[in-house]
This record gives sequence, C-alpha cells and structure tokens, in this order.
Amino acid sequence: MRFDDLLHPTPQGLYCPPGDFFIDPVAPVPRALVTHGHADHARAGHGAVMATAQTLDIMAIRYGKDFTGTRQLAEGPVEVNGVRVTFGPAGHVLGSAQIGLEHRGMRITVSGDYCRHPNPACAPWEPLPCDVFVTEATFALPVFRHPAPEGEVDRLLTSLAAFPDRTHMIGAYALGKAQRVIALIRAAGWDRPIYIHGALEALCRYHVEQGVDLGDLRPATGKDLTRADYAGQIVIAPPSAFNSPWVRRFADPLIGFASGWMQIRNRAKARGVELPLVISDHVDWPDLTRTVEELAPEEVWITHGREDALLRWCEMTQRVGRPLRLVGYEDEVPE
Amino acid sequence: MKAFADLLERLAFTPARNGKLRLLRDYFAARPDPERGYALAALTGDLGLRTVTPSLLRALAVERVDAELFALSYDFVGDLAETMALIWPEPDAPSDPGLTDLVEELAGAGKARLPGIITSRLDELGQSERYAYLKLATGALRVGVSARLARVAVAEFGGLDVAAVEEVWHGLTPPYRDLFAWAQGGAKPESAALAPFRPVMLSTATDAEGLASLDPADFVCEWKWDGIRVQAVSDGGVRRLYSRTGEDISAAFPDLIDTMAFEGALDGELLVRRGPEVAPFGDLQKRLNRKTAPKSLLSSHPAGLRIYDILVASGQDLRSLAYTERRKRLEDFAASLDRDRFDLSPLLHVGTWEDLARLRAEPPDPVIEGVMIKRRDSPYLAGRIRGHWFKWKRDPMVIDAVLMTAQRGHGKRSGYYSDYGFGVWDGDRLVPVGKAYFGFTDEELVELDRYVRQNTTDRFGPVRAVAPGLVLEIAFEGLNRSARHKSGVAMRFPRISRIRRDKPAEEADRIESLRALLPSEAR
Repeated sequence: MRFDDLLHPTPQGLYCPPGDFFIDPVAPVPRALVTHGHADHARAGHGAVMATAQTLDIMAIRYGKDFTGTRQLAEGPVEVNGVRVTFGPAGHVLGSAQIGLEHRGMRITVSGDYCRHPNPACAPWEPLPCDVFVTEATFALPVFRHPAPEGEVDRLLTSLAAFPDRTHMIGAYALGKAQRVIALIRAAGWDRPIYIHGALEALCRYHVEQGVDLGDLRPATGKDLTRADYAGQIVIAPPSAFNSPWVRRFADPLIGFASGWMQIRNRAKARGVELPLVISDHVDWPDLTRTVEELAPEEVWITHGREDALLRWCEMTQRVGRPLRLVGYEDEVPE
Repeated sequence: MKAFADLLERLAFTPARNGKLRLLRDYFAARPDPERGYALAALTGDLGLRTVTPSLLRALAVERVDAELFALSYDFVGDLAETMALIWPEPDAPSDPGLTDLVEELAGAGKARLPGIITSRLDELGQSERYAYLKLATGALRVGVSARLARVAVAEFGGLDVAAVEEVWHGLTPPYRDLFAWAQGGAKPESAALAPFRPVMLSTATDAEGLASLDPADFVCEWKWDGIRVQAVSDGGVRRLYSRTGEDISAAFPDLIDTMAFEGALDGELLVRRGPEVAPFGDLQKRLNRKTAPKSLLSSHPAGLRIYDILVASGQDLRSLAYTERRKRLEDFAASLDRDRFDLSPLLHVGTWEDLARLRAEPPDPVIEGVMIKRRDSPYLAGRIRGHWFKWKRDPMVIDAVLMTAQRGHGKRSGYYSDYGFGVWDGDRLVPVGKAYFGFTDEELVELDRYVRQNTTDRFGPVRAVAPGLVLEIAFEGLNRSARHKSGVAMRFPRISRIRRDKPAEEADRIESLRALLPSEAR
C-alpha cells in the first residue's frame, strides 16, 4: 500500500478510499471529516459530518441546525471503516483540529489550517506524529515572520491615545480572528466596552459560552449612541463591512485590519488600511518549517498557498515535498 | 532610528495631508538636531547619499538567503527594500543606532566599503528600522510626502511663513540647523546661495461678475498661456530654473539654461516653442520630470520662456515696484535676451471688460487658456493675495461620460464611494478616459454612492465596477494624447460638473468627439 492509497486529492477535496470519507470537501459528499469551521473548509449539505463539538456547534450557528444529514462527534480515536481517525488541536480557531489517519501501520496527518502561537481564544496546537504531513502554505515565504500579536495590539492602543477623536475600526474575520483580537485587547488592559458589528454577535456569544473571556461587548448598532459617543472607541467588524454605509455612523473612522497579510505594505494600502495589524492565525515561515522539522515526516504534502517556496525548502533540506494544488481554499476566509 | 522608522511607517499609511503634516510637526518637535534635519533632507530628496543600486542589494540578500526563495519572495512583495527588510535574519536584540550616525556613515563610506557597512547594519537593526535604513540608502522613500509638503511642515512647526521658508530653502544644506534654529525663535538664515528661489505671486480666479466691480483702467491684461509657471534665475554664473513651488528643474532644461546669459530673476511661462509656434501642453509634458534631457528631445521639443515679470535685475530687487514700473524694466531687459528662447508675453488692449470677454472667448492661439488681469500699482507679492492678480480661465471643456468604476474614499469619505472612473463609447464598448474625485456636492456624493451600491457588477479590492447607466458631465482643462491610457487621451483636472440624470447612457459622448478636442498637432 502506498500513501496515495490511504489519501489522495480529488476535485471535491482529499479523499480516503479505505475509510470512504473526504476531509474538508469543497462540494457536498456522503461523508465528510471537517477540521474547522471556516467557510472554505466547513460547507453545508454533506450526508454526514464528523468534527469536534465546537466545530459542529459553529457549523450549526452559521448554516442552521440541519447543515448535514447526520453528525458524529470526534472524541478520542475512532475507527471509520477500519481507518483509525484522531482529532488533535490545531491552534487555529476555536474547535480547530488536525486529523490523523492510521491504517495498516501508515500514518497521515491532515493539519487543516494551524498556528503555533498561543491564542487565548482556542486550544494550543499539539503534534500528531505521522509519515505524511499534509500542510497549508498560506504564509509559506521567508518574508512572513509574524510579530508578537501583543505588540500589534499595543500599536492599536497607542493610536487610540494619539487620535482620541477617531473611532478605531478593526477589520477581523468573524470566526476566530475577531475573538482573538478582542481577547488580546482585553489582555492589554483595555476594559472599556468594545463595539461589535452584528455579523460577529453569534460567534462572540458562542466563544463566551465556551469560556473565552471577551469582556464588555456591545452592538455597534445601538440607536442611542451618537457619532461623538464612538470617538476614541474600538469597533470590530468583518472587513467587508467597511464597504458599507454602516461606516458613516462613526466619528472620523480610522480603519485597521488584523491579518497576516498586513505585513506586506502594498496589500495593506490596496485595502485602504490606515492601521495594519499583523495578527495571523496561520503558521508563519519559521513555525511552518520548524513544525516539519519536528515532525520529520517521510513526505510533506502541500494543500494550498505558496507551495513553490515550501517545495524549494524541502528540496534544500532533502525532504520529499508534493504539491496537491487543491482548489477552493482561500488564503483567508472572505465572509 | 526607531523614531524615523516609525515616522516613515505612519506617513505611508496616513492618507490625509493634514495627518501627514501633524506627524511631521510632531517629529520635528520631538527629535534633536541634526537628526531632524537629516530626516527632512531624506524627505525632500536632498540627502545626496551615494545611491545604493538594486543589484548591490540583491547581491547582499542572496549571501544570506537562498536565491530562489529570495526571488519568490520579491515576486510576492514587489518592493526590493521591503523584501530585504522582511527576509533578513532577525537579531536577538535589535539595536537602535541614531539616524545621524547612520546617515553620516553612509555619506562617508567609499564604494568599496558600502556593502560591508550595509550588511552589518542590517544585522543589528529590527525589521521596521531595516526597511527605513534601506529606503534611506536607496534614496526613494515613497511615503507620499512631497518636498513641498515637508517644507510646509517645517514652516508650520515654527509658525513661519511658508513663502519665507521657500525663499531661503535653496541656500540651505542638510542638516538645516539654521532653519530649525529659526523655526524655534532664532534669526532667519541669510540666504547665502547664489540664484535663490523667490516665492511667486499667484492670482485668484474671477469671472465677468467678479470683474464688474473693478475699474478696467486700474488693470493690465495678458493672455494666460498653457505651460508651466517658472522662475529663471541667473546670478553670478549660477543659473537655475525653478517650478512655481521652488523645485529646481534646471537639469531637464539645459537648452534654456544655456541661453540664460543675464543677471536677474524672471517670471514667466515655460513652453515648448518651435519658432513662433507654441506647442500644446502635451509636448511640454514630455520634457517635465526628467533628470536629464536627451539631445533628440532638445531639438524636437525646444523649450522657451514667455516672460511676464521681473523680480531682480542686475542685483537690484524690483519686487517692491509697481507692476507697470516692473513691466518697463522687463521690456528693457528683454531686448538683450536670446529671442529664440525668450519673448515677452504681449499686453492686451482693452477698454472695457466686455472687450476682454470677447478676446477671452476667441483667443488667437490654441495654447491660451484664458486671460490674466493684473493691477497696475501692485508690487510683486509672495503668495495668493486677493485683489492684485486675477485669472479668468477659458470655459472648461465638457463631455458627457458614463460612470464605470468607483473606489472608496478615506477619512470623512470613509464608507462612501467617492473616486469615480468614467468612460466614453468606442463602438459599442466603453473605454475609460479618466478619474475624478471632486466637483460634486455632499448631496451628490450620497446620490453617486447609492448608485454605485445598487449597480455594482464586480469588485476588485476597494474598487467596484458598475453597470453603465449613469451619465456624468465631466469638465476638464485640456486634453493630451497619452500612450499610457487605453483611450489614447488624458484629461487635465477632470471633475464632475453635473450628474446628467436626464441622459440615457447610450447618448453619452463617443471617443471620436473627445479626440476632436485634442490640440491639432496631437490629433
């Protein structure tokens, strides 16, 4: 048996023939294992979904209770048609997991999206030993070295002190990034209310239920607040909201964006961002290469992103690298 | 270096002019001499360091990073200094050497020592400081601050008159200790340099209504030529050509400089002139923004100066004299100048404002863009002082164009689509011909924004494409041929003069009618 016989790419996503299931399929399939709740990995309409309890909850919040035919909670190792399946934390967003497959002594870990930097909004990454490590390559260029997120949040607070009349509006994706940014702001000592866009409410509430402390959150839609009330306040919203007339209710908005892409000036400028905050929930180049070194798999398979650079690195370090060129996964989830 | 790196970072991401000015003022207030002076010189492009070439930097990078990984990274980032700053190995404990030390070290380094110096500095600096250092070394900051804006910031910092700063600027050298001393209450620096720039006198716009209350007998009229306003100064063998804002543009006009065999300072319109024929603005544009001028261009596009004022003659400052007195001096002075390069801007003989209106309506030359009206007894005053000089521009050209794209604005216009791209018909397709982001009222902005939102067909980052359904009347000051634009034409100062709700999109103008507005030589 070759590694390919246990897992290989198909147009719908990664498929495991002996287990007869897909991992993070991009189209409806009879049986799906889902690593995490971001829209490009977790889609509605499958026959059956296996995922962590939090990912199942998040899918229900986003797509409604009947997002799948049947659901199975991933709790401890389980056998699926003779394939031993293990979900281990990925450190990416709340509920995110890596999926380990074991069959006839062969082990493959599908890491999904993952991050090694501590994140107050989710459980930390843990290694799942493997023969094949399937990794993303979103930030797989040596220019990506994400700074400590605490320092980025300090820059936000410094800007608030320098521009106390401006509403600081930070773009952050609804699942994971928004809650991480809020938790970081709280950890930096900001105890005033943080105002959130309606699109973030359900997921923020869910994080609080799961024990993530986000402090005093208020809707950024309150009718009783005037433009002046928002001066010097923090508003968190999905980035797409900055294209909508909603922005106009705030005092001289200063637009920020929390994303790993903000490390690249042209990207930040093209988005019209005044305050780029380099906060990423993916591995950067040092963490990605370190992870591969630590796991020391026989092969590295690359799902999506900047695979050329990672392949070059594999070549330089005498590793077997293989691009899967999966389509349908975004660099960062547009929502 | 941290403070300077931070300044560059914030300038780059601050879109508003006032925001940039504030950052600069704060920096000048917080940093000591000579550091702030070196920062100012870096911003105005006057630091004069030996240029570090891209190939030198690339060679340094691939000593530390695999060449293929570097190339992939550079492709992705798109800026060499930024790629290097990001990719360079991070020191355990970055140091913070002073900007002054870094500048003086680069200035004092010979070519052979330069690579070693840059490498060891990159090894000790943090990421943001590496970026600033490399931008300093390559001499291209690209933070959206013009030399003029940097000088305005110094003036504001010291509560000084910008015109006064401009006047002494060309006599000053980095790190500008004397300038900052003046800004903080010390003496105004003596302008020791030869051929200094003198702030120009500007006009205010008027029209028939505005002129009605004035007596034509108090004024002299001239044509307003469509070139660029320059000051030609020749002083003790030093010859300089300055733009209206005091930028030294001599290097681009050696043909004119060569013929400036006089002692004095002249004010006039820079034009491309072939014999008596004045070429359209597009021809002059080919000669602007150059560091050198190729010979072929000098002969195909010869520069000339149409002079209309004299500020200094043979060492004597004439600016306090009345206009009519200066004009007499100018006419005497002109007699000794090279006629192929210098000619007098003719005076118009008008008895009434109606005479002037008739002349303005039918100017004898296509390169005339209106008329100038100057008070006979006005001295030469720096800046735009009301009541002395007026411009009455020809009515703008207008076309009806179709709204094609819109981009989000900043600051007060956050959340509004306020920058508009428009096009005209070429066959049954729309071809983009320009962009405009002013000319409309606040109410019209709301209306345009609503139209954009309700008719979006596509999105590219902050830009939306809209269905072709709204006609905008676009006013503009002139049209040039352009190889850069798909349509082949480029508008000058386009703005939205009206929203033509009454007009169906298919009845908007066609590219042929726009081309017909090109000056004949450029058609």
